[in-house]
Amino acid sequence: MIAYLIRRLIYAIPILIGVNLLTFALFFVVNTPDDMARMQLGIKRVTPEAIEKWKLQKGYDKPLLVNSRAAGAGQLTDTIFWHKSASMFVLDFGYSDDGRSISHEIATRMGPSLAIALPTFLIGLACYVSFALLMTLFRATTLDIAGVALCVVLMSISGLFYIIGGQFLVSKLWHLVPISGYGDGGFKFVVLPVIIGVIGGIGSSSRWYRTIFLEEIGRDYVRTARAKGLSELRVLFTHVLKNAMIPILTGVVVVIPLLFMGSLLTESFFGIPGLGSYTIDAINAQDFSVVRAMVFLGSLLYIAGLILTDISYTMVDPRVRLS
Amino acid sequence: MMPVILWSDALVFLLLGACCVAFWHIRRHEHLLLPWRRVGRSAVAMCSLLVLSLFVLVGLLDTLHYRVALNGAYSPEVLSVFDKLAEPLRLHTEKTYSAPLAVALYAKESTTDEQGRVVRTYPRLKYGGAHLPEASGYDVARRALTGAIAGVLAGLLLGFKARRAIGVTVVILAALIGMTLNLAAVYHVLGTDKVGQDVLYLSLKSIRTGLIIGTVTTLVTLPLALFLGVAAGYFRGWVDDVIQYVYTVLSSIPSVLLIAAAVLMMQVTIDTHPNWFDTAASRADLRLVFLCLILGMTSWTGLCRLLRGETLKLREMEYIQAAQSFGVSSMRILSRHIIPNVMHIILIALVMDFSGLVLAEAVLSYVGVGVDPSMISFGTMINGARLEMAREPMVWWALAAAFGFMLTLVLSANLFADAVRDAFDPRLNRS
Repeated sequence: MIAYLIRRLIYAIPILIGVNLLTFALFFVVNTPDDMARMQLGIKRVTPEAIEKWKLQKGYDKPLLVNSRAAGAGQLTDTIFWHKSASMFVLDFGYSDDGRSISHEIATRMGPSLAIALPTFLIGLACYVSFALLMTLFRATTLDIAGVALCVVLMSISGLFYIIGGQFLVSKLWHLVPISGYGDGGFKFVVLPVIIGVIGGIGSSSRWYRTIFLEEIGRDYVRTARAKGLSELRVLFTHVLKNAMIPILTGVVVVIPLLFMGSLLTESFFGIPGLGSYTIDAINAQDFSVVRAMVFLGSLLYIAGLILTDISYTMVDPRVRLS
Repeated sequence: MMPVILWSDALVFLLLGACCVAFWHIRRHEHLLLPWRRVGRSAVAMCSLLVLSLFVLVGLLDTLHYRVALNGAYSPEVLSVFDKLAEPLRLHTEKTYSAPLAVALYAKESTTDEQGRVVRTYPRLKYGGAHLPEASGYDVARRALTGAIAGVLAGLLLGFKARRAIGVTVVILAALIGMTLNLAAVYHVLGTDKVGQDVLYLSLKSIRTGLIIGTVTTLVTLPLALFLGVAAGYFRGWVDDVIQYVYTVLSSIPSVLLIAAAVLMMQVTIDTHPNWFDTAASRADLRLVFLCLILGMTSWTGLCRLLRGETLKLREMEYIQAAQSFGVSSMRILSRHIIPNVMHIILIALVMDFSGLVLAEAVLSYVGVGVDPSMISFGTMINGARLEMAREPMVWWALAAAFGFMLTLVLSANLFADAVRDAFDPRLNRS
């Protein structure tokens, strides 16, 4: 197990290097720092001096990959790549355009993101699985067909609609909770984003779980269990649910680390000071260092999710051995 | 008049050509026609196809672009055949917000009456209901009814021979269209937005953007996914390792972030090279095509993985091994034996991705990394209208129209995609 984990971690390194090179190419090669300076300072009437000053301020005044003027190891380390991209491996994300430390921002903003994303994830999972089990229990009846039809309609509605409609109905019309804001993170600020997040995912997720359950229910062990005289409920909950764990975990565990990143839409609509709204603000302000940091952090968490998925397999299925 | 072919137009024509070739090819082969017959037997699929084809018709009319000749030169404004057909809708702009079917503006304004006094009233619209002396619900009802009756008659004429579900759909659609046409001649059926543009016109224009995002995205990256996926599965070894590495790296970046990063960079390139584009439309259009490319870059990995898995399975089949032992070249095996046998996966991926991409466009435009702000799309409509919910009194029609049209498009696409998947998926056992 330990050896397997170490090997997986080593496998993750080339992927992270790939992500790093990709973002480097995207942010510094597709457009040179000169282009970015011109963009940020306004397209027309930009003097070369202004561009040089901007690059010096941002630390973009170095060569991209190889600094031929420096001596020794400085040839590689005194470059944009070393300072801006390679440094991300030690989680040093540098400073955003307004001069704050990105690492510090990430650390303080993870809390609010998690406060929304974690309840949404847990409540959502419970709701989707129960709804799917219910449809499986009444499979091929009118109830099941109506449930599937409801799912298709729900998944055809834009996520923006749930947020805008929910805010309008609950906050503006019924005055139950504040429209947006986070305050001290109290219940009234969190409840609406969580509910809307759960409703937004119900269509596609329940339908997906229903497919998984239906695939399991045609297996031989289910027939055996029924032949033994077990009730249909018992078959579903103790046998089918357990055996459907592997396909469910494949899709679910991988997103757990990504919960730290929060949801872009929900956070920006509800004014939650989390990482999602941080990213949106950075995109709108064209703060490239923040976007670069988030891309790297996102892939780091995704890879962590993949490793967690493998570990979770061993927990639900004793036949799976990691070696 | 000078015809203009924008980049996205060219891609749409390419797609249309490919569809025609595929149609002609499938018609001549009974075994290829069989799953499509299964799709045809499903009433739900045919009804949604009917709705979809209306959307496609509007989108195609909106794709034939031209520039009007203006004394010697050409106007910088790029118009489409749809713009020409919907000219009254396009040109009848009011001053600002007006409610659906209203005859007056939505907010009171100070005007001077005949005696020179300043009064606060709702000013009359320039075009909406201009034929009436005052607002009249009777006129709206009469026009809606005559339009609907004409529509029903036309629908009955068209659909009386079809199966019942399809006939009903035809009649309902025809009634809706007849009603809208009859009302749109003198009213703003869905109201007007902040700068007085007709919301119905904006919604219909958005269809093309949505359709292009939904189809062109998969189309532009299809060759890449097909080639790499099949190559990885067939050749295995180091080719497989390299291709797997590439798609693992790409898929490990959360897609929204990758899209955001790529679109930001594209924006820098477009902004620093303003001399590349002769019209504003061509700049917005290139941005749309790039957005499709970027969206495709993040979504091809899933298809690539599926194709690799299927090819791994296929290459162990006896007929492939027989071909190999006869000394058939790898290229020929791939093109004759493997690619035709993975086509159903591509088709399913194409139709299943469509609705997700249409929905993604709205979200991305909201985040600020979607289509050009000057391009009419569901996303830009929602983005522009989202602060209007907070107004007092509330302006709801622009949002409702955008969400309504999007729901109709995505729902019919989802229903059609389900039918196609059911008909083509060999894992489902049919009796």
